[in-house]
Amino acid sequence: MDGIADMGGTPGWGPMHPPRRDEPVFEEPWQGRAFALAILSSRVAFGGVNLDAFRHALERLDRAAYLDDGYFGRWINGAELMLTESAILAPSAIDARARNLRGEDVEEPPIPEPARPDYMRTAEGSLRTVDSAPAFTVGKPVRAKDMSPPGHTRLPGYVRGHTGVVERIQPAAVLPDTNAHFQGENPQHVYTVRFDSREVWGSDSEPFALTAELYESYLETIS
Amino acid sequence: MTTTGGPDETLSVALRTEALEQLLTERGLIDPKVMNGIITEYETNVGPLNGAKVVAKAWTDPDYRQRLLDDGTAAIKELGFSGAQGEHIVVVENTATTHNVVVCTLCSCYPWPVLGLPPSWYKDPAYRSRIVKEPRTVLSEMGLDLADDVQITVRDSTSEVRWLVLPERPAGTEHLTEEELVPLVSRDAMVGVAKVGAP
Repeated sequence: MDGIADMGGTPGWGPMHPPRRDEPVFEEPWQGRAFALAILSSRVAFGGVNLDAFRHALERLDRAAYLDDGYFGRWINGAELMLTESAILAPSAIDARARNLRGEDVEEPPIPEPARPDYMRTAEGSLRTVDSAPAFTVGKPVRAKDMSPPGHTRLPGYVRGHTGVVERIQPAAVLPDTNAHFQGENPQHVYTVRFDSREVWGSDSEPFALTAELYESYLETIS
Repeated sequence: MTTTGGPDETLSVALRTEALEQLLTERGLIDPKVMNGIITEYETNVGPLNGAKVVAKAWTDPDYRQRLLDDGTAAIKELGFSGAQGEHIVVVENTATTHNVVVCTLCSCYPWPVLGLPPSWYKDPAYRSRIVKEPRTVLSEMGLDLADDVQITVRDSTSEVRWLVLPERPAGTEHLTEEELVPLVSRDAMVGVAKVGAP
């Protein structure tokens, strides 16, 4: 879906700074808690790991919920969204408990009746076998479809409608676009597609190559 | 698609995190011991030292280097590194004339088994947005100036494929052993925003 998470090429984020050498894994203790909580929350919410559904929760956060408390803040907000959609938690449960933790005395909402999605993955991880042969071969020119699906997708906005060349064929994998919505794994072939920067960004751009892994249904042949 | 509203802005994220942990723990939905195990694992065991060992071995063992470039996942597993976010790792080599740099524009996908969790700059919206549009400028801002004849390839990690950069072995290290090379290999060089410097 189009939104805050699809950042490639978007303006207004300012300059980079030289990396810090001594950065701890978790700068503050809550970040480690948030990291582990988000991992475990997706199992609680879905009854099993579904990274695509987790990423879809993150990309539906509004701008403030996505950005204001950084990477791990967005993981906590994404965990809350997964848990409330599966009715493990009531929508106001976290805020009510947080208020009580800081000394207020507020009534907490009742525990809802859980409504987990009907979800069972067919195997660990995301790699799967596909019976059909890959539709595209290495070296073949392909175009990323110019489409803007309303649900989850891993087709970045900035490559849509642009033409590249298949650099590698990667192992077939679960299609995020359906798996994120618990609509089946629908495994597809995956291609590393190589784009020329000037085809994507225009003739004035820095000259370089750009690759992205694109699922077969994201691609079309060039007529 | 619905968009959720943000949290109550007066409540700190640390407090909301504590609240969520309490709510799930008191109902027995998560085990704090499992939580602590996950945190400890990524604070102590899973980090860029793993990747540095892979790189140092590739620099000193030509057969291993070839296996690593042919099948990164399997060669990395030879050294005991595998797990979440490392289901299929592809290794690409940086040389004097070709330079790969890795990003995930859509979230912050990163090869955890060899590099640990991503550093803050990798998760920075400025990096995610700009490295795919003006990599030479971004790398320069980060302290890496590449010659004009170096061909840059930016790798956007949009599927479950994870990329690891095999940096160029610095000149003047021919006499060093594999073990002596390991501490030279920086995380940033294995993502492609730095080069490995001579000791």
